[in-house]
Amino acid sequence: MMTIIVVIAVILVVITASQLLKLAELRAKSKGELIYELTQKENKMQGLLLLLFFFAFMGFFVWQIVAWGDRILPVSASEHGEDTDFLMSLTLYIITPVFIITNALLFWFSYKYAYDPKRKALFFSHSNKLEMVWTIAPALVLTVLILMGLNNWNKITTPIAQEEEHILIELTAMQFNWTARYAGEDKKLGRSHVTLIEGVNGTGVDTLDPSSKDDKIVKGEFHLPVGVPVQFVFRSLDVIHSAFFPHFRSQMNCVPGVVTQFNFVPSRTTEEMRDITNNEDFNYILLCNKICGAAHYNMQMDIIVESQEDYDIWLAEQKGL
Amino acid sequence: MSTHQHHTKDFLFTYVFSTDHKMIAKQFLITGFLMGFVGLIMSTLFRLQLGWPGQSFEMIELFMGSWQEDGVMAPDKYLSLVTMHGTIMVFFLLTAGLSGTFSNLLIPLQIGARDMASGVLNMLSYWFFFISSVIMLCSLFVEGGAASAGWTIYPPLSALPQAIPGSGAGMTLWLISMSIFIMSSLIGSLNYIVTILNMRTKGMSMTRLPLTIWAFFLTAILGVLSFPVLLAAALLLVFDRSFGTSFYLSDIYIGGQVLDHTGGSPILFEHLFWFLGHPEVYIVLLPALGITSEVISSMTRKPIFGYRAMIGSMMAIAFLSFIVWGHHMFLTGMNPFLGSVFTFTTLLIAIPSAVKVFNYLTTLWKGNIKFTPATLFSIGLVSTFITGGVTGLILGNNALDINVHDTYFVIGHFHIVMGLSAIFGMFAGVYHWFPKLFGRMINNKLGSMHFWITIVSSYGVFFPMHFLGLAGVPRRYYTWSEFPMFENMIDINELISVFAIAAMIGQLIFFFNFVYSAFRGPKAPMNPWKANTLEWTSPVEHFHGNWYGEIPEVYRWPYDYSKVDKNGDFIYGEDFIPQTTPLGENEKDGGAH
Repeated sequence: MMTIIVVIAVILVVITASQLLKLAELRAKSKGELIYELTQKENKMQGLLLLLFFFAFMGFFVWQIVAWGDRILPVSASEHGEDTDFLMSLTLYIITPVFIITNALLFWFSYKYAYDPKRKALFFSHSNKLEMVWTIAPALVLTVLILMGLNNWNKITTPIAQEEEHILIELTAMQFNWTARYAGEDKKLGRSHVTLIEGVNGTGVDTLDPSSKDDKIVKGEFHLPVGVPVQFVFRSLDVIHSAFFPHFRSQMNCVPGVVTQFNFVPSRTTEEMRDITNNEDFNYILLCNKICGAAHYNMQMDIIVESQEDYDIWLAEQKGL
Repeated sequence: MSTHQHHTKDFLFTYVFSTDHKMIAKQFLITGFLMGFVGLIMSTLFRLQLGWPGQSFEMIELFMGSWQEDGVMAPDKYLSLVTMHGTIMVFFLLTAGLSGTFSNLLIPLQIGARDMASGVLNMLSYWFFFISSVIMLCSLFVEGGAASAGWTIYPPLSALPQAIPGSGAGMTLWLISMSIFIMSSLIGSLNYIVTILNMRTKGMSMTRLPLTIWAFFLTAILGVLSFPVLLAAALLLVFDRSFGTSFYLSDIYIGGQVLDHTGGSPILFEHLFWFLGHPEVYIVLLPALGITSEVISSMTRKPIFGYRAMIGSMMAIAFLSFIVWGHHMFLTGMNPFLGSVFTFTTLLIAIPSAVKVFNYLTTLWKGNIKFTPATLFSIGLVSTFITGGVTGLILGNNALDINVHDTYFVIGHFHIVMGLSAIFGMFAGVYHWFPKLFGRMINNKLGSMHFWITIVSSYGVFFPMHFLGLAGVPRRYYTWSEFPMFENMIDINELISVFAIAAMIGQLIFFFNFVYSAFRGPKAPMNPWKANTLEWTSPVEHFHGNWYGEIPEVYRWPYDYSKVDKNGDFIYGEDFIPQTTPLGENEKDGGAH
């Protein structure tokens, strides 16, 4: 019933609109005008609307910052994240004025130079000097951003040297959960392969490999000691997933058939972050960030960052295979 | 050279299997818009789910059937919708619909040719596009549903039906459809390149070509060099899915068993896909930029500022677009050094883009502007190109990409810089060349209404997404209600969805205006915008061969608007000088430096 009403309503609207258009055309003709010629008034109105739009646009931009600025991620929970955040802020401070000023010029020029039959437009076809200016200026700014970014990137993507103090954790992704495997004191992970998956051994660890003797399997929630570098290796059992640790400014795809890596140093405990965000229920989180199937939207694991003592207690309770 | 034999009034060959570039342009336009409308409905549907997660919409179940049981969208069907939305919009609307329409309409008319180099290949190009569209739509109705692995269809998700149902028959049809689509695109592009190089009229040197032609030319070159790589990627995926090969698959345990495939890598697919995927965004963008140059110049009554710089920057963008694809893959685990190389090249591509923006701004400066809907949309394009472009400096910088990769920040970025810019360019082209397409004028009032609703609501949809991204919200999530950390952002979703519905309604105004004006609009004069380019010297009525008698000869570049003599008066008394007007005694051609 509803459908029929909607269809009839649509047909009526279309017919009405057609008749109105026909009327408008005839009206213009009777005044000796062509309906498709813009009148001065209409044209100036559009120019004004463009200028007003600019202010509304900027107002919207500012309103969003005020309304939602505090909902973006809190301060970095990793050491390298501080550098990344600095570069992010710097880039935002550069692009925001560019965004505002170029849009301002665009809409201001549109308003100011609306058609006036008494005026002639300026025949100004080229200027090599100007082209130089706005080729070189962006190039210089970009060079700075590139150099800072690459420097940052090199530090972040270098794996932790085996001799350095660190914890080694393997994260295995599968549809639709994560399994963490702590390498233990020997800082070596036992060999693993999909063909060894059986029952409780959900990630295919080779229990005969001596290195897997002290490996601990952890699901649901995993812990990290604050201030200690953690080296992650990532695997996937089925499709591409992505290990996203937004608070730690870290992310790395988990690719079946390939082992990927990432590392960071957690710099704030969960308690600290609960204070900072004023939220007793806050938890660090690992989530999947590469489309992986129907339940992609619910593939997560909590992360607790705590003192070395608390971490040691927790680790002692975890079981191996 | 097409023949001029007298055609019998054969409906089939005049309207259906036409080899006339003008008819083919209209065919691309209609099919492109119809597909675009499907893509638009899809986005409205999934925005309903995102704005009001888990809410029951019984009216929608009427036509969505099992995809929306009890009125609530199923999670894997959500993924089908976002996949098909992306595929349809990028390829069917903004590649075939945009390039197919305007390259076909304008190339012969603006260079002074009777038709494309090969009318038959041109016709085939359209019909392959039509067939691929039908197959793509059919894929919505097969068992398991349409492809659901994202428009980027990374294996193994896209290779294994047990990973998601849409990777069964739906994915197979997707691959068939895209293979045919690629054929259509390649045939079309070859035709455009050959025609532009070989069939320009007397006096039409390369540096007297309008910037639309340069844009279509470079776009076609990009297509010819990059689409075959996607075809290769698709073929290898077909082999992995159906013939037991392991190009992309290795060490997989799924559905309780270890699969037989070893030795492959999904990252190979990503390289092959993005080797097309990145040039593809410029294939989408360049025609829109070319159209904008033409519209802004003729409607401000000024030469486009920096004609040669515009050509140079388009060439730089085209060249650089081949060496930046890795910026889609910073976090795949590929060698970090590669990541650095791609950051370098990616940030470089910002330079010619900036040059183009500044040139547009300078063209507007001290102009005398007429705000037809085409002008409005072109100005809108410059705004979205700036707004979307600057966030590229964050995404292209590998260290910064780590935290925004695959979040809503990316969705905001590419929708604004590519989606909005390209569709605005397409709208500008339709409004501006409507007289040439249909011999009638489209209504300005409805057109400006369409513009205002569209620009306000589309910025309303996509700008907030940057904040969501900076808050860590991932893309392609059916709902955010599983994450306490995203709870305080669900209201932003609601706002976005409201704007999305408004945008959708705005497009209905356009569709009405388009259809009404194509049949009942006031008849168009030959040169309604008083523009210089050759297409406005060809009669309003359509016939094979474009000009009665000889093809006009060209004596100057297309941008002599408001050219004045020493006394400050317009040379020849008008504020425009068509390309067919010979140069005066001491007059220098503006294209010469």
